[in-house]
Amino acid sequence: VSGPATGTSRRAALGLLGSAVAAGAAGVTWAVRTGDAEAAATPGTAVPFHGDHQAGIATAVQDRLHMAAFDLRVAGGSSGRAAVVRMLRQWTGAAARMTQGLETVDGGAAPTILDAPPEDTGEALALPPSRLTLTLGLGPGFFAKTGLDDSRPSALVDLPRFKGDDIDPARSGGDLVVQACADDPQVAVHAIRNLARMATGTAAVRWSQLGFGRTSSTTPTEQTPRNLFGFKDGTNNIAGDDEATLNQHVWVGAGDDPGWMTGGSYLVARRIAMRIESWDRVSLREQEDVTGRHKISGAPVGATAEHDPVQVSALPPTAHVAIAHPDANGGVRILRRGYSYVDGSDGFGHLDAGLFFIAFCRDPRTQYVPLQTRLARSDAMTEYLTHTASGLYAVPPGVRPGQYWAQSLLEA
Amino acid sequence: VHTHARPTRAGVRAGVLVGVLLGAAGLAGCSSSSGGSQAGAITVTGTDTACTPQTSQVAAGTVAFRLENQGSRVNELYVLRPDGSIVGERENVGPGTSGELRVDMPAGSYTLQCKPGMTGDGIRTAITATGAATAASDPRLGPAVTAYRGYVLTEAKRSLAGAQQLRDAVAAGNLAEAKALYASSRVGWERIEPVAESFGDLDPRIDLREADLESGQTWTGWHVIEKGLFRSGTTKGLKPVADRLVTDLQDLVRRVPTAEISATSMANGAAELLDEVAKTKITGEEEAFSHTDLVDIQANVDGARQVVTLLRPVLTAKSPDLATQLESSLADLQKILDGHRTSAGFPSYTSITQDQRRTLSEAVDAASDPLSRLTAAVAS
Repeated sequence: VSGPATGTSRRAALGLLGSAVAAGAAGVTWAVRTGDAEAAATPGTAVPFHGDHQAGIATAVQDRLHMAAFDLRVAGGSSGRAAVVRMLRQWTGAAARMTQGLETVDGGAAPTILDAPPEDTGEALALPPSRLTLTLGLGPGFFAKTGLDDSRPSALVDLPRFKGDDIDPARSGGDLVVQACADDPQVAVHAIRNLARMATGTAAVRWSQLGFGRTSSTTPTEQTPRNLFGFKDGTNNIAGDDEATLNQHVWVGAGDDPGWMTGGSYLVARRIAMRIESWDRVSLREQEDVTGRHKISGAPVGATAEHDPVQVSALPPTAHVAIAHPDANGGVRILRRGYSYVDGSDGFGHLDAGLFFIAFCRDPRTQYVPLQTRLARSDAMTEYLTHTASGLYAVPPGVRPGQYWAQSLLEA
Repeated sequence: VHTHARPTRAGVRAGVLVGVLLGAAGLAGCSSSSGGSQAGAITVTGTDTACTPQTSQVAAGTVAFRLENQGSRVNELYVLRPDGSIVGERENVGPGTSGELRVDMPAGSYTLQCKPGMTGDGIRTAITATGAATAASDPRLGPAVTAYRGYVLTEAKRSLAGAQQLRDAVAAGNLAEAKALYASSRVGWERIEPVAESFGDLDPRIDLREADLESGQTWTGWHVIEKGLFRSGTTKGLKPVADRLVTDLQDLVRRVPTAEISATSMANGAAELLDEVAKTKITGEEEAFSHTDLVDIQANVDGARQVVTLLRPVLTAKSPDLATQLESSLADLQKILDGHRTSAGFPSYTSITQDQRRTLSEAVDAASDPLSRLTAAVAS
């Protein structure tokens, strides 16, 4: 991880406010992530916003998620595009600051003018940066509403209906999506809330999802987290510092089409309801056979240690790991970055709980779609799962200082 | 109905920041005020049994108070005129914290009221504003205020006439006619509601919703009639309520010439009108029985647009971008409302689908956002 940014932190901003107001904006120098992926970060610190790739993908997974999708309210064509560019410039400036622990604008939460609402809503004041990352994705509608259909990547398909899907359109799709991840949920929520506020008139929130307890790790040296089934999840996930694998499976390459996506990725979001009450009544042996791993150790069924190699042929043929493993899918891998959720109750005496699945890949047509087609058809775990929301988004490449999100598309 | 005066908004601020803010405000000067300015906030020390301002005499103009709550209960600070109407209020100041309230105080006598525990009559202290407030920062604001007062009077009279017709229909036992007159009788009121609210006592008598009724409180006003006509389907027993409504609206008309109206209160009121729409009308709660919410929404938008129109010369000079943004967002909103209108007027809100409500809500938000910046823009 690169060194912390030298901007004033929210914490410092409080103490310095008097002088900062007098002196005007403190100069902010941005740290930039190099092409190198990141190893584990220290909790609470700042993750650089700028770099070749957007942060929040290879970044070591934070504890909390707030993701929100937005619908553009603009009329199509160039006037709509101008409004979107204005919003994205504003978003980028605020995002770069918030990820470094700063207010959306200098003095935003504590303005000197008392007759106007403060620009920053203030609830993240005095909180550390909390490794906040903000990652932008563009849905199919973005291209239509900005008159850029010609630039829509062919990989940004409309996801097919998979077997067993029960998709709620109101919780799916959207013209834009922002993934906010942080170690402190208040920091993540503050970021989404302030971006939503800035978007007023140009875009409105379509759906929003909170997540906790990261279910996947991109830092294999750390303990693998567990999902709500109680199993370790993401043991063989792509490591955030494995640049070769990231280049092969996650980042859109220089030769891939279209050129503006180089360094970007595709984000798949799936809200997967888990029938945890049914699962909890299943014997341990059955749970392990369905998963293909031992519950406590995380070792493949029949093996002894978590990181022992998976031998697909040695697993029950319909085990989740047997169906999902790269060896069973022509070597296809995706970077998973999902979170658990509990959204109240289902009205039938159960928790409304599950996995908010997030994955990044280089081309969903050859990675996520065939993989999920196989899982939906054959994975024994499917009995306990229902996919209730869905989204696929093109994630533009990283932002350089002075640039704004998706500039390579909008100013091509 | 809206029970809180807008000025609280400006006062809502994390207690921890207040000291810093005041320092900053001192640097910047209170240049954003429309009247005279104080060097800093007047500290009001509130305990569970006392309400003690640092001084009992302030310079007329824009005055900032800071309530320091040294008591054990959550406190509130009100500034009241001699007739008991509210100049401004700051709610929810927790024990050990402080909260700021900023109000326009022309020369005169006032009462400061602390309400430890946020109930009851509270603890009152007299305070006087002396000297002439410096003239409004822009000479164009004076005519705008005068014109707006005329608008308020016209609309108050419109509702009074409507209520008289409604009363007559109720008295004649003509249910169909009374139902037809109900929504239109409210139009004038809904256009100027923030001014009516500034009188404090009138709004709850005239426009209280059943959901906002406290136990033991007598329910009066339009919504009693609404429930009778549209839920119970009868005019029976409604005549005394309608008589009282007419009396209260006559009271409103009589008081308009003395209403405290400034460019600041106009701008705050316009923002408040759309907040009202977002809060209780998009949801269909306001007209729970008659479902005539679209009529109210149109009237609220009319009232906000009237303010923007009157302030436009100043706004265009000071913040042309905001003027453009306001114009286009209000026009967008009007277009959506027009889309619902038929030759018979607005349809029942129950016929508006969830998707249509969402579209309307987004347009209201899009106009509310620039409206929230109007006050600072015209007062700067």
